[in-house]
Amino acid sequence: MKITNNQVVALADIERLTYNDFFMQACDALGNDAAHCVSYFALPEGEEEYLLFCYIANDETHDIELLCSKVNKNDELQSLTSQNLAIHPFEREIYEKYALNFIGHPWLKPLRYPHDRQAGGDIYDYPFYQIDSPELHRVGVGPIHAGIIEPGHFRFICEGEKIHHLEIQLGWQHRGIENLFVEKKKLLQRATLSENIAGDTVIGHATAFTNATEALAGWEAPEWLQVERAIALEQERIAVHTGDLSAICTDVAYQLGNAVFGRLRTPMINYMQKWCGSRFGKSLIRPFKTNFIFTEALAKDWEDTIAKYLPHFTEMAEQMFDLPSVLSRIERTGVVPTQLARTIGLVGMAGKASGLNRDVRTSHPWGAYKDMNYEPVVLQSGDVYARAQMRYKEILKSIQLIRDLIIRRRALGEQTKIENPQTKWTAKADSIVLSMTEGWRGMICHVAVTGADGDLRAYKITDPSVHNWLGLALAVRENGISDFPICNKSFDLSYCGHDL
Amino acid sequence: MLETLKIWWHQGKQWIPDVETTEVPGIFRGRPIIKAGVAVDEAMLLDLCPMDAIQTNPLAIDLGKCSFCGECAFACPDKIQFTKDFKLSHNLREGLVIKEGVDTPIRVDADKVRKEIRKTFGRSLKLRQVSAGGDGSCELELNATGNVNFDVGRFGIDFVASPRHADGIVLTGPLSENMAESFLDAYNAVPDPKVLILAGTDAISGGLFADSEAVKRSVLNDLHVDLYVPGNPVHPLTFVNGVLGLLGKMKH
Repeated sequence: MKITNNQVVALADIERLTYNDFFMQACDALGNDAAHCVSYFALPEGEEEYLLFCYIANDETHDIELLCSKVNKNDELQSLTSQNLAIHPFEREIYEKYALNFIGHPWLKPLRYPHDRQAGGDIYDYPFYQIDSPELHRVGVGPIHAGIIEPGHFRFICEGEKIHHLEIQLGWQHRGIENLFVEKKKLLQRATLSENIAGDTVIGHATAFTNATEALAGWEAPEWLQVERAIALEQERIAVHTGDLSAICTDVAYQLGNAVFGRLRTPMINYMQKWCGSRFGKSLIRPFKTNFIFTEALAKDWEDTIAKYLPHFTEMAEQMFDLPSVLSRIERTGVVPTQLARTIGLVGMAGKASGLNRDVRTSHPWGAYKDMNYEPVVLQSGDVYARAQMRYKEILKSIQLIRDLIIRRRALGEQTKIENPQTKWTAKADSIVLSMTEGWRGMICHVAVTGADGDLRAYKITDPSVHNWLGLALAVRENGISDFPICNKSFDLSYCGHDL
Repeated sequence: MLETLKIWWHQGKQWIPDVETTEVPGIFRGRPIIKAGVAVDEAMLLDLCPMDAIQTNPLAIDLGKCSFCGECAFACPDKIQFTKDFKLSHNLREGLVIKEGVDTPIRVDADKVRKEIRKTFGRSLKLRQVSAGGDGSCELELNATGNVNFDVGRFGIDFVASPRHADGIVLTGPLSENMAESFLDAYNAVPDPKVLILAGTDAISGGLFADSEAVKRSVLNDLHVDLYVPGNPVHPLTFVNGVLGLLGKMKH
């Protein structure tokens, strides 16, 4: 069935296809270049049976195909990955969680080693791809990295300094957060959990959770609150992108860029603290309410903060992208061509840097974005340069977006309270909702399923990193291993957002 | 070259001269004060707190569990207030429990600091950070301690790449089971004497993940914790002042 972003559907209204029909219809929907899978998971139904839910978003028609099939644990399921490579992480997740058999999957390995897995074995026993040759050697990195960063294991196969192959093994960060959404019963606990899915994307994930929760309750946030949430999301984008430019400069040993972008990030995250008391925006986004109304004083403060930030930022960025010593490190490094990006299903910033116009703000807009004529930044070269430029250009875009949003916000007048706040979880029973937002990294997708009592039965999260980690692994092929850090930083993917 | 010098000149002074007395901007939620003599519905507060950080008899907030969301202060503004005091670290777990009627600064209990800590690391402390289920925000704030604003290097405190180069471990995250073995490997690779610092609510108590089946906090049972740094995430100034307190280098 065709749905839109944040549309609540009764489980009883969803047609249960045979797996063959499910497979054929998924292939058919994915045949369009503008279509991609945004969520695909299994839900236990009874002892040995599972419901498969697959969401395929079409960015041109702006609708989302929801397919559902009921399968038995012992069924032999033809792998969708064999037809569309971008499905690979989803089938791997279903396989390790419930030991369902996917036939013809080229890479049916554990994805994140959840504690309640039924397949996949031990995390220290991952079946790495190997090449047997006296001319090649392997390099293992992690799970603990040299910097202050989350853990993940990288296994390179190199010929001298050149990377032939990289395989990335994740799961070290697994905290069982999807289960906790169901186990924790207080609304405030669930909202807090959503802020801790990925600590660098607090607003992005909390907005997705909030939209899903409010949709399930049939509660619509007033326009002024929608506008405020959009301002927060764009401010988060500016702050993280600025920090990323600093880190990219670090990895090409450009100390001035590292220091200047690093200190420019400080007023951007401090602005969030002025708004809500947390530099990362924790506690700002809450379902059915807000504790921190965006006042005129905050609007003026933002304008002053940006007036001080912008000239320094522009001056530094122009110098960075003009320096031969920086450009020689980032141009034609870590390239993901457009066709490859589409094949593996890149999303968000990395996808847009490789020529894929994928941005939920325009393809499946929600809240305040429904009324905005936003044109995403799309670049073609797919290298580290493009991903760095993407930050620069998106920061300028987001500043303009916030300017427009503040005009809209002012027109709606000063607000002091929400008319009909709620503090408890209330939701339509036996229903399912998909909620997508565009965080700074890319498409964030939450799916909430309720049971007969109206409480959560399952909560599924897809961070953009799930789609993009393979992009990093392929980007570094035939590059020098010394360029790995700069490639890694240019994607800046989340470990905890992937491992959940 | 001229462009570079121009940019350098335009930055002015960005460093915070005194990390102990500086004021953080905005409405930072730091050390709370629970006023004595103000009646409050304690059952409501217990039910409200998402982190189970509120205790009764006497009424208290455990900063090792608190997410600093401020909901309790919104519900009972006359009873609970969060001040902008960012010095929250303590070397004893019970030192993080702020009781009703108490409005005194939180400081490391110098008598309980092992003698070799200040003697060995007083002038130089190199730390290895291990994230085990951290959500990335504490890690970003620990990174920020080294930027030009906070510049923790000026105190001889640095983060290094290998546990073999380190004097201690800074743990973030609730300690995911999948990372438990690697965390212990890193801890054991640090030569003695060594310090262990738990940074952030998740590391100190497990936070919302404390009873998740995917974490394995029992590996901490046999280890001596030298410093607890509350926050969700920890503020760089909370971390810097905590370590300065541990080393006995606070001026005020």
